[in-house]
Amino acid sequence: MAELIVHQEKIPDLSQVVNLCPFGAIEVNANRVSISPACRMCKICIKKGPPGAFELVESRLAEIDKTAWRGIAVYIDQTEGDIHPVSLELVGKACELAGKIGHPVFALLAGHRLAALTEELRHYSIDTISVYDHPQLEHFRIEPYTAVFEDFINRCKPSTVLVGGTAIGRSLAPRVAARFRTGLTADCTFLDMQPNTDLDQIRPAFGGNIMAHIRTPRHRPQFATVRYKIFSAPQRRDAATGEVIVATPTDAMLASRIETLAAHRKEPVKNIEDADVLVVAGQGIQRRENLDLLQQLAERLGGMVGGTRPVIEAGWLEPRRQIGLSGRTVKPKLIITCGVSGSIQFVAGMSGSEKIIAINIDPDASIFKIAHTAMVGDVCEIIPELLNTLAKGDNVHV
Amino acid sequence: MRILVCIKQVPGTTQVDIDEKTGVLKRDGVESKINPYDLYAIETALRLKAHWPEATTLALTMGPPQAEQSLREALMMGIDEVALISDRAFAGSDVLATAYTLSQAIQAIGDTGIILCGQQTTDGDTAQVGPEIAEFLDIPHATNISAIPECQANAVTVQVDLPTTEETIRLPLPCLLSVNKGIHTPRLPSFKRKKETREVAVRRMTLADFPDTDPDHYGLNGSPTNVVRIFPPEHHVTRETWEGSSGELAGRLCTYLRDAKFLV
Ligand SMILES: Cc1cc2nc3c(=O)[nH]c(=O)nc-3n(C[C@H](O)[C@H](O)[C@H](O)COP(=O)(O)OP(=O)(O)OC[C@H]3O[C@@H](n4cnc5c(N)ncnc54)[C@H](O)[C@@H]3O)c2cc1C
Ligand SMILES: Nc1ncnc2c1ncn2[C@@H]1O[C@H](COP(=O)(O)O)[C@@H](O)[C@H]1O
Repeated sequence: MAELIVHQEKIPDLSQVVNLCPFGAIEVNANRVSISPACRMCKICIKKGPPGAFELVESRLAEIDKTAWRGIAVYIDQTEGDIHPVSLELVGKACELAGKIGHPVFALLAGHRLAALTEELRHYSIDTISVYDHPQLEHFRIEPYTAVFEDFINRCKPSTVLVGGTAIGRSLAPRVAARFRTGLTADCTFLDMQPNTDLDQIRPAFGGNIMAHIRTPRHRPQFATVRYKIFSAPQRRDAATGEVIVATPTDAMLASRIETLAAHRKEPVKNIEDADVLVVAGQGIQRRENLDLLQQLAERLGGMVGGTRPVIEAGWLEPRRQIGLSGRTVKPKLIITCGVSGSIQFVAGMSGSEKIIAINIDPDASIFKIAHTAMVGDVCEIIPELLNTLAKGDNVHV
Repeated sequence: MRILVCIKQVPGTTQVDIDEKTGVLKRDGVESKINPYDLYAIETALRLKAHWPEATTLALTMGPPQAEQSLREALMMGIDEVALISDRAFAGSDVLATAYTLSQAIQAIGDTGIILCGQQTTDGDTAQVGPEIAEFLDIPHATNISAIPECQANAVTVQVDLPTTEETIRLPLPCLLSVNKGIHTPRLPSFKRKKETREVAVRRMTLADFPDTDPDHYGLNGSPTNVVRIFPPEHHVTRETWEGSSGELAGRLCTYLRDAKFLV
């Protein structure tokens, strides 16, 4: 069993070590230092504490035979005949990762009436596409989809499984990962492959301005979810090369205790992911009324308004307009952030934008570290002035 | 029958930073609160209870001893019983180990009808713990639940809000539901309840109380994912800084937008 051991004799000053732990897990009782359950095993006490005072003793956990697992699999997220574009982005990433270790790329497609989608998928560099096509898979229900996914993994034995961070993916991936008693890293913002097939996964972590590099060294397959627009869409090829494997789900796989009573398509809405230009409201806009001004600006630019989490939580904008780690990832041609500080969770959702203009009153704001153009000033003044100038400009040109 | 709510205590502030020189995490202020998304799950539990005559509500959390505070708050909102799952053996748990620990506690508590989870936590932010608990308990689950229009003796009908579709599905009991923010407005903890529940004991559970007491299935050992390292984000962008009066800045921006043909 891996454990943090405290070597009491190597701690010169008990009170000093208490502050080492960002999670408050180091406690002193009766002149002895102990680790409480608040410990997150971040190992900072080992690195930053008195030399030798904290030690991680690892037991020999069972090693697995990694060569028994080969290939990178992508779950193709489809609803009512449309492939979610995040799935294709993941196919592109899977090809890149597989190329580094000479592995094949697999895809799993489940649903009903999938002929057209299957044909379309053959144009991406996927080696084999496993298709589970059945009327009982028409609507997403967790049990049959999990069973089909399990069957797919047992047949293909992929080393890595990538799933889009969609509403369905975020329900399905953890369920399947738990079935295989394996690790899943949610909302990765960066992926790479080690020669020994360990997947390097990076995501913001501990709810702060910190990135964590995560691996799943002793389990296969290793699961990761990634949000839409984190990676780029791959090129569709003219030749249809993917090999199709028709897989027949058994009755046992299709069994479900869940009944779909009704399902209807919602009115299509324009999403911020699809806008070429975004104007973003942060807490720095001060007043709700200023949102109207940002809305006017967005209209002049043919774009949309998005917001940071506090702006959404204040109820100023609908949740689907939130940009960031727990909102949407966007990659517009132009993004203008207004009174946004630039927290890591926000930046994770927009740093891929082509042109970033940031307006912030604080010259040291973190947003300026990633902005192409840093405008140091008061957004509550600049935006009205800008709208005025734009209005005047029109008159001159017309 | 029990309606269980999984709640987590999270830092009250998101201000966690890393000292770029020393690489040490800095967390200002130790104040904590109930994960705001879990308040919706608590509220849902309190409302669901009315549909079954013998139903009781129980809130459980896995966390350090201080997490008791969150459970007290749940009592003040109207929850009947609370359980704190705390043991050194659980330190360093990733999603899988957390979900496994909670599923073991739920089995030990017994008489489960419905398990409610929040949509996600504000610190872990994975939205995965719920579905993994359901898998360990071998019960059906649904996420993204925006309403629970009907309850029957042994089933619930829920509305699932997906980006492109809206579905109405029926799940038998026991089942696990992850509810969306906005399903019901959470009530505030009441002072009256605070007095009434002062005597309510927090049920404490450790590894010894679980059906599976093998420590290798919990904490760091039971966690397939390992944090290799943590680091501050690096950004390299060549940028220009514009300074001046608001009028000047607005003018420059206007010129840029016009020249780059962003105006429609
Ligand atoms: C797990 C987790 C997930 C998260 N996910 C997200 C997410 O998806 N999206 C998200 O946005 N956040 C997310 N957050 C929250 C995030 O950490 C920040 O708290 C949030 O992004 C800050 O929003 P803000 O920039 O609008 O506000 P603040 O940080 O309060 O910044 C306001 C800024 O406005 C500037 N300002 C003030 N007045 C003016 C003025 N008159 N003119 C110009 N500038 C002015 C200030 O200098 C400041 O920089 C998450 C947090 C956690 C822990
Ligand atoms: N330590 C915990 N104790 C109890 N419930 C938890 C814990 N962690 C997560 N949960 C539940 O799982 C949900 C999703 O959490 P997460 O996967 O961390 O985003 C939360 O809203 C809680 O309902």
